[in-house]
Amino acid sequence: MRLVRWIIAATLLTACGAGAKEQPKDEDWATMAYTWAPHEQPRARDLVPTAAVPENVLLRGATVLTAVGEPLEGGWVWLRDGKIEAVSASKPAANGATEVDASGMFITPGLIDTHSHLGVYPTPYDIAHSDGNEATSPVTAEVDALHSVWPQDPGFQTALRGGVTSMQILPGSANLVGGHGVTVQNRPGVSARAMLFPDAPRGLKMACGENPKRVYGGRGGMPSTRMGNMAVWRKTFYAAQQYKQGIDDHVEAMKRWMASAEQKPEAKPKPPARDLGMETLMGVLEGNILVHVHCYRAGEMTQVLELSEEFGFDVRSFHHATSAYKVRDVLAKWDVAVSTWADWWGFKLEAHDAIPHNAALLDEAGGRAIIHSDSSIGIQRLNQEAAKAYEAGRRGGVDVTELDALRWITANAAWALGIDDQTGTLEPGKRADVVVWNTHPFSIYAKPVIVFVEGVREFDADRVEEPWSDFEVGQEPRRGVR
Amino acid sequence: MTRVFLTVILATLQLVLLPDASAQVVLTGGTVHTGTGEVIEGGVVVIGADGRIGAVGKNVATPANAEVVDVSGKVVTPGLVDAASQLGLVEVWAVDRSRDGDGGPLDDERDAIRAAFRAADGFNPMAVAIPVARAGGVTSVVALPWGGLISGQGVYAELTGELGHARVANDSVGIAITLGARGGATVGGSRGSAMLVLREALDDARFWRANRANYEQNRSRRLNLGRLDAAALAAVFDGKPLFVHVDRASDILATLELAREYDVNVVLLGAAEAWLVAREIAAAEVPVVVQPTSNLPATFDQLGARADNAALLTAAGVKVVISTFNAHYVGNLRYLAGNAVRAGMSHEQALVAVTKNAADAAGVGQLVGTLEAQKAGNIVVWSGDPFEISTVVESVWIGGARVSTRTRQDELFERYRTLQRRASPAEKIAPVNDQPAPENVNVEPND
Repeated sequence: MRLVRWIIAATLLTACGAGAKEQPKDEDWATMAYTWAPHEQPRARDLVPTAAVPENVLLRGATVLTAVGEPLEGGWVWLRDGKIEAVSASKPAANGATEVDASGMFITPGLIDTHSHLGVYPTPYDIAHSDGNEATSPVTAEVDALHSVWPQDPGFQTALRGGVTSMQILPGSANLVGGHGVTVQNRPGVSARAMLFPDAPRGLKMACGENPKRVYGGRGGMPSTRMGNMAVWRKTFYAAQQYKQGIDDHVEAMKRWMASAEQKPEAKPKPPARDLGMETLMGVLEGNILVHVHCYRAGEMTQVLELSEEFGFDVRSFHHATSAYKVRDVLAKWDVAVSTWADWWGFKLEAHDAIPHNAALLDEAGGRAIIHSDSSIGIQRLNQEAAKAYEAGRRGGVDVTELDALRWITANAAWALGIDDQTGTLEPGKRADVVVWNTHPFSIYAKPVIVFVEGVREFDADRVEEPWSDFEVGQEPRRGVR
Repeated sequence: MTRVFLTVILATLQLVLLPDASAQVVLTGGTVHTGTGEVIEGGVVVIGADGRIGAVGKNVATPANAEVVDVSGKVVTPGLVDAASQLGLVEVWAVDRSRDGDGGPLDDERDAIRAAFRAADGFNPMAVAIPVARAGGVTSVVALPWGGLISGQGVYAELTGELGHARVANDSVGIAITLGARGGATVGGSRGSAMLVLREALDDARFWRANRANYEQNRSRRLNLGRLDAAALAAVFDGKPLFVHVDRASDILATLELAREYDVNVVLLGAAEAWLVAREIAAAEVPVVVQPTSNLPATFDQLGARADNAALLTAAGVKVVISTFNAHYVGNLRYLAGNAVRAGMSHEQALVAVTKNAADAAGVGQLVGTLEAQKAGNIVVWSGDPFEISTVVESVWIGGARVSTRTRQDELFERYRTLQRRASPAEKIAPVNDQPAPENVNVEPND
């Protein structure tokens, strides 16, 4: 993702950036950076309600699956200050670290789900909890899943018990442009902002095919067809280009005005009206918002690529993409990641050609395959889903390895979210997002024993875990539920 | 009465299962899990010419002229049974006219009672999902209708994929009902309304059964139940079970009470909070069909949902069945059983939950569900632990005949194994992503 050099407010980078709550001041317009920064971090630490103390811990004797190289038998993993300090075959000089015997166990990076609706469609499911689709217009680029996330969703903690340490929470797929996604780390928080994954790039959800045309066509509006989908998209991105031009022109005019001797007030250029949705799409055109497109059919994926080419933006990943295998050469060449399931099918016509070999074929072709959940149940077993997709490929003679398949739920997912410099593999310097498993994670019987999120032991199977969610407190039938 | 009902099923099933296999087959050397909890290392399974199991054991003589299949190192189990699926009743969920499990519009009071609706009438033995189920080692299912308060009659079918009604082995194994909040909504009220309407229906059916002649001659009181619905529902007084979707513990107790009140058999479906009333369920000897990955408080009826529901129920002595409750993922039944083990159920109990107990709950336990002499030759040979993801289904036998496990998905995979292209895909004009595409693209453009 290239950095943006555009209306640029060096001193007020986030406060005056795109999506900011204040209008830029005169001098900001003419001089500085103005960009889509990552979501603002929590301003007060007390938004994180736990004593979130990273451990200084040395895990000994496990089979270490690093997601970058071959397994390390009887390896050592040292976590300190929320980072991975060392991953080695011999004991590191980890003075002061608490040793934990993990013999017979397996260690992997924390799992990452690129497609979750936890918090925006939380349990218990109800219309009062239905906050994933702003289905009032086919283009709602301005909305942000962050503002829908209910951090009390009991699903976060069950996902943690499945080894998921970070995830992207997305708006639903009713809209062609559904709004901002948000990447969170899986820890308790009073507000969604307290869960934010630090410095994760912004993501934008878009959706192809049946859903937008069904939702809006069903109301007698546009789009009601796939050609309508594409037309609305093209109109929207054309408008975004115009909007961007208006801003660019204003910046130039302001520069001239600031440089003028008199700076006559009556000659001062008027800033264009601000449009938060267009501002978002401008961020897409500038390349600093990652685009994730819900799209099933092969031919539709190539149409979206044509759209991206026409307007000069990148598609970071397709989601669901059950027919990606049919255009895997294109997706590999264009370096578009694919988040898919192991075996979901049958629920709609555009998913009818789904095959369990999809991820493996894509990986074999050099593409970036990812297994996502899109489900509060599936997110608890991403390891099983990756294993299913891996076995399907292997049985079919597809050239994939266990390492490849582990990357489908770790490193590749991190890349799609733009956080691969921070997490997704077990390498020194990365965040201590780490899962200790009772057995090989591709076994149906595998369960996390300990889960570290940035070095904090958020789950330990030997502890009696308090529920994160207030919803679970005092509910008689949930007592003792683990 | 239950016995009368079973005899009818037996007669029907025998007609169905007899004619298939022609030659005797002997599977030797495998680790045989009989489905009764027994495991025989290096066991022998003889499939008779009648398509039924001839003998199972350690020291069983191989009949002359039999085809001997060496399955050493493999695992042999009964064909799995999904006792509460939707298989064969839907091709694609979002395609309205490919769904045949619903006897009327949802949540429509006038259509809440559909006891006469038969899933068998819509069951498609050529459904695209059936080979996928076979590929997962499932050889027979109950497909239950859905919608309304009384959804209709489930069908028991063997998954040979052959056309013709003969392959619907039993066209009415029980009547599906939904209670709790969802049931209440179907009659425009609350869970109590569902019980009220069900009671009235049962009263009417019992009255119809006792006063049939008078009813036909218009000399009885008026029934709220339609004629065909009354006749269909009356079968529960001859032992046909009610398959009751119900989750909340209090509703489960109410269901058990209703079953006692009317002296009818019930099978509990879903039953998320069943573990809270495990003792009562065990005492009532009511089987429970669970979905072991259901562990979130998805609704207010499921606040107590937990992954070890199956394990806790089994420990309390309840006959537990594991089902997918699904049309397209029936082949994942073995993974659900594996997840029940992951959550604390014993491996053998989980296997029983997808074989013997499932067959018993479906009322076909006399014929399938275990590897015992005279049972149908519904058998699966696995490369290893049936629940493990790395295990391959080696062969599937239904009625003593080996069946295909090839799916439409396999065919699509083969069709796209090599991409047919005139040329390499176009380069992206303005690559912006900072990381170059990986190099090892091994797709031949002109193959």
